[in-house]
Amino acid sequence: MALTSITTDATQIIKVHSDRIDAAMAIQFKEDMRSEAEGGTARVVLDLTSVEFIDSSGLGAIVASMKQLGNDRRLDLAGLHPFVEKVFRLTRMDTVFKLYPTLDDALAATAD
Amino acid sequence: MNNGKCLDLSFAATESEASSGIAQLSLGLAEQGLPAHKAADVKIALAEAINNVVEHAYADFTSAQVQVRCRLHNNWLEILISDTGNPLPGFRVPDGIPAALGSTRDELPEGGFGWFLIHELTSDIHYERENGCNRLSLRFDFPDPPDGKKTSQ
Repeated sequence: MALTSITTDATQIIKVHSDRIDAAMAIQFKEDMRSEAEGGTARVVLDLTSVEFIDSSGLGAIVASMKQLGNDRRLDLAGLHPFVEKVFRLTRMDTVFKLYPTLDDALAATAD
Repeated sequence: MNNGKCLDLSFAATESEASSGIAQLSLGLAEQGLPAHKAADVKIALAEAINNVVEHAYADFTSAQVQVRCRLHNNWLEILISDTGNPLPGFRVPDGIPAALGSTRDELPEGGFGWFLIHELTSDIHYERENGCNRLSLRFDFPDPPDGKKTSQ
């Protein structure tokens, strides 16, 4: 699973370069997120623009990624495809994460 | 009464074969005319059901096959998933109570949503165990097809 990361002053943006995060790649995703986010900023935005599909294993891996950031850092999600957004909504994980339609929206919202 | 359009796929019970099988089935159903507003429901439920087979029914198997048979009708879709793995616990469809979100970040569940999603997204679920074979059938109703005259994509 390919992840790339850019850090601006207060935000680390991690982009997922895969069209899906599912059972076949959930464990790898979680491990890659751990190394990519290591020592980064307090706010991490996960850019899901390329991701067209996640299943419950992919969802679990995103939850695990947030947990492994520790309590002092936050993980926001940006660029949710409708299928991806639906999984978050049905499982009520949309109440746990901040979801932004686009990466620009997520970056514009640094004030809160 | 016709038998609907057929789409059948069989693949090895591994996570990566399942991943591409799910993508292939979803694409094939769209090509056959599955209404776009049902596409997400079908793909999510199908993925959860197939992943359950790979991870649980075939948990102690080294080489196994998953068979998926889709029948698309005007107002409903029926998907039959067959495997020769372990039966569902108690020979019945699990209730699908969603995992509680808990009150702290550490309590957040990282799993336990599969059957909940399948129940939420399907119109009917039927399971039978016969001659060492599991047959799970998922039905999706779409009673209000978009007007056929609509030309926009």
